[in-house]
Amino acid sequence: MDFEFEAVIGLEVHCQLATHTKIFCSCRARLSDETTVANIQVNSNTCPICAGHPGTLPVLNRKVVEYGIRVGLATHCQINQSPVFARKNYFYPDLPKGYQITQFDQPLCENGWLLVENGDVSRTVRIQRIHLEEDAGKSVHRTGFSLVNLNRAGVPLIEIVSEPDMETPQEAGAYLRTLHSLVVYLEISDGNMQEGNFRCDANVSVMRHGSSQLGIRTEIKNLNSFRFIEKAIEYEISRQVEVIRSGVGVIQETRGYDSSKNSTFPMRSKEQAHDYRYFPDPDLLPVKIDSDWIEKIRHSLPELPDQKRARLMNVLGLSLSDAELLISSKFLVEFFDEVVQKSLLVGVELQCFSKAAANWMLSEVMRLRKEDNIELWQSQLRAFHIVDLVRLVQKQSLSHIQAKQVICIAWKTGQDVSSIVDQEGLKQWNDLSLLEPLMDEVIRDFPRQVAEYRAGKDKLLGFFIGRVMKKTNGMANPPLLGELLRKKLM
Amino acid sequence: MRTIRQIHEALEKKKISVVELTRDYLNSAQKSKNGEYITFCEERALQQAQEADDLLRLEKKVPWAQKPLFGIPIGLKDNLTLDGVRTTCGSKILDHYIPPYTASAVERLESAGAVILGKLNMDEFGMGGSNENSAFGPVGHPTHSDRVPGGSSGGSAAAVRANLCVASLGSDTGGSIRLPASYCGVVGIKPTYGRISRYGLIAFASSLDQIGPLARTVEDAARLLDVLSGYDPLDSTSSNIPPLQAYLASQSVPHWNRLRFGLPQEYFSGGLSLEIEKSIQNAMQWLESQGAQLVPLSLPSSQYAVAVYYLIAACEASSNLARMDGVRFGVRSQEAAETTDLTEFYQKIRSDFGREVKRRIILGTFALSLGYSDAYYKKACQVRRKIKLDFDLAFQKVDFIIGPVSSTTAYRRGEKAIDPLKMYLNDIFTVPANLAGLPAMSLPCGEDQEGLPIGLHLLAPPFCEEQMISVAQAFSKRGEGSVRGF
Repeated sequence: MDFEFEAVIGLEVHCQLATHTKIFCSCRARLSDETTVANIQVNSNTCPICAGHPGTLPVLNRKVVEYGIRVGLATHCQINQSPVFARKNYFYPDLPKGYQITQFDQPLCENGWLLVENGDVSRTVRIQRIHLEEDAGKSVHRTGFSLVNLNRAGVPLIEIVSEPDMETPQEAGAYLRTLHSLVVYLEISDGNMQEGNFRCDANVSVMRHGSSQLGIRTEIKNLNSFRFIEKAIEYEISRQVEVIRSGVGVIQETRGYDSSKNSTFPMRSKEQAHDYRYFPDPDLLPVKIDSDWIEKIRHSLPELPDQKRARLMNVLGLSLSDAELLISSKFLVEFFDEVVQKSLLVGVELQCFSKAAANWMLSEVMRLRKEDNIELWQSQLRAFHIVDLVRLVQKQSLSHIQAKQVICIAWKTGQDVSSIVDQEGLKQWNDLSLLEPLMDEVIRDFPRQVAEYRAGKDKLLGFFIGRVMKKTNGMANPPLLGELLRKKLM
Repeated sequence: MRTIRQIHEALEKKKISVVELTRDYLNSAQKSKNGEYITFCEERALQQAQEADDLLRLEKKVPWAQKPLFGIPIGLKDNLTLDGVRTTCGSKILDHYIPPYTASAVERLESAGAVILGKLNMDEFGMGGSNENSAFGPVGHPTHSDRVPGGSSGGSAAAVRANLCVASLGSDTGGSIRLPASYCGVVGIKPTYGRISRYGLIAFASSLDQIGPLARTVEDAARLLDVLSGYDPLDSTSSNIPPLQAYLASQSVPHWNRLRFGLPQEYFSGGLSLEIEKSIQNAMQWLESQGAQLVPLSLPSSQYAVAVYYLIAACEASSNLARMDGVRFGVRSQEAAETTDLTEFYQKIRSDFGREVKRRIILGTFALSLGYSDAYYKKACQVRRKIKLDFDLAFQKVDFIIGPVSSTTAYRRGEKAIDPLKMYLNDIFTVPANLAGLPAMSLPCGEDQEGLPIGLHLLAPPFCEEQMISVAQAFSKRGEGSVRGF
């Protein structure tokens, strides 16, 4: 980025809501974690209402409003108690009614904000509005003809519009990641970007540094991966700078992004912009949202990422980086929380235990995940495994190396820690009668080293520990060995 | 044997079977040269009739309580969907449209035992007042063939009058039930907005459309109302209140000396034909003679009603009719199918609308467009609220409002077709009820010198159909001495 210019970025995010049924009819909006309505037989998930048959009428799914309110509350928005659905009129073959039912001048939520951490900098991005709408169908263009699939027509969407509060592509990326993790934590969306559950339009303009006059903006449409979004914005900023430098000036237009060329291209100009002729949909009455309903939803909100991070750090004593790593996956952090919950039942020192458990999860468990290329939830590992394991290690009945072995077996088989330990004979050797002869052997076998140690070369203690460990196949407790050897060698 | 009561008596006495009755009606309807029907569903109707006869043989009696319309042949305006039966809205664009579902109101008729004969002619998408704007040809007036039957439910009114069905369903967006009812001399009711589910009524203007019955007698119309009314979870604008008991109300005598009838001065100031004025005055005298009180009043905002109506209705229509784009609905001509440009494709498809429909789509599109919507659409919505307020105030002083339905009786074919504005102004008495969502009806109250029917317009406060029916029934029996209860 050029230092002469600064960029102004605002984002519009479309997020498919994971309600059971569509927004205005009883067709399915979501099938399962594995299958989306877009992937089943073409046009099989339709009814006269979402197919826009003449004479049919929409009836609002209240769950959609509830999900919208959840996002609104989590982003500190004001909830409009009487939002109005409006018709956005335009012609396109995958829009069965010739208009999209959306919200216009009276959206569900307004004036919120989201705290975005981008590296060491944190910034408040203001949310202008959040509104509810229906998704259109999907056009498939072939040579000489196009096909329309209405399976997803009528799937509920929320559109979250930010104020132009971001300045760099990285900041925009961080905002999106924060918002994405928020909707996943709120359990209102599957947030699957490949499936188009979560897609984004970016409004980008540049202006000379220190200027108060905003530049002419362009809108980049339909970005559906964090990486492409950052790259597209980055490209668009440099393109605009170049255009301004060359004296031509930016044209207000809508642009597309070609990921293979990493460039944006013009789609339509302001003159070609649609006049959507918005007006309140006479088929739907204004929605009535009373404060009781809002409060009920507020109380049902789960712990959000920000709150989770704060708790992991302040209550459980984790480092910022460990907390961030755990939070990056909703399943991982919930698994971790379950571990901590269960440990409370058996009485442990909370912070000490939590740090150790986090270590195991972020090192060994993550390694196994990578190695087997499966997700944590697909493995046999359960929270009680980690609890038992950490306790055994802390009681020094299991060495680090042994514990790794146990996790690996539990990950694959789901067996109890105690039965794995028995079966594999993994008791840590803390028994002096077993260790004494081994230590004596080592002292006898390495007389030169013994002499050197006695002459003051303390570092050699590690050497002796290592030798004994080797003889126990790693089943002894190194600190204990160190203590014993030091006495013996005095 | 032309009313529901008479038919039920004949069925019980085995003077006729439902199949015979259905055949009779179908035969005369199919023979008619007046164009009342667009589509017959003969097979379906005869099957329904056969099932009814089987049931009757088993039960020996007409199952009244469960099926108040048992075996009654009924016609549907062709903008109401019936699963598997072509539904055209009087438009070339829906020539081949076969809906995969049945309108809620029609479902209610069928479960009440009605036999559906077919789909009745109408002005294209309900746009017109003479039934001359149909892609399937005009409908002739049932008694004066050079006249129009009124519209847009022209087929519904003419078929009832000509005994081509016992009763029919129409829809009323700005007078489309009441105007043809008055021209044809039958009873036509537009209920309160929200009283009858609109699910399956192909929309013209969603905030104004309402389904209603047309019948030969007030009693029969009341029986249909009872069946049609009630909450429908498929229509968000349907009111969550119990169904009407309008038939029961038709059997009770109004408390005349407690009733006040409002006469809006605006409805009687010029333009009204002398014969109609006289007819209405006779009606007023009769009401007064029963002990009712006549109260002159004013509805000052009603002078804007036609302008407001034609803006709001056109705006909503421009959006409602957008789905007729040739992708899924609308006939895709060879020429349109061959074009590769999407805009050109839409142009070709949408040229198939009739002139009046195109005119209103263009008007509505304009009035909603950026920079004009504040001055037209939004302003019209504001004035609409004032018109409703006028009625709210009026109904604090009176129980009903009466007036004419139209300033003339049925006019000659072609007389107004060339001048849309003249046609629009003809709606001046009927559109206010739609804008305010009020129940209103047209009730035969006389004939002019040429024997053309005159309709009395009765308007009531929201959800007061029962009271309105009680008064209408008494009025319709005025020649028969005193009206008694059961």
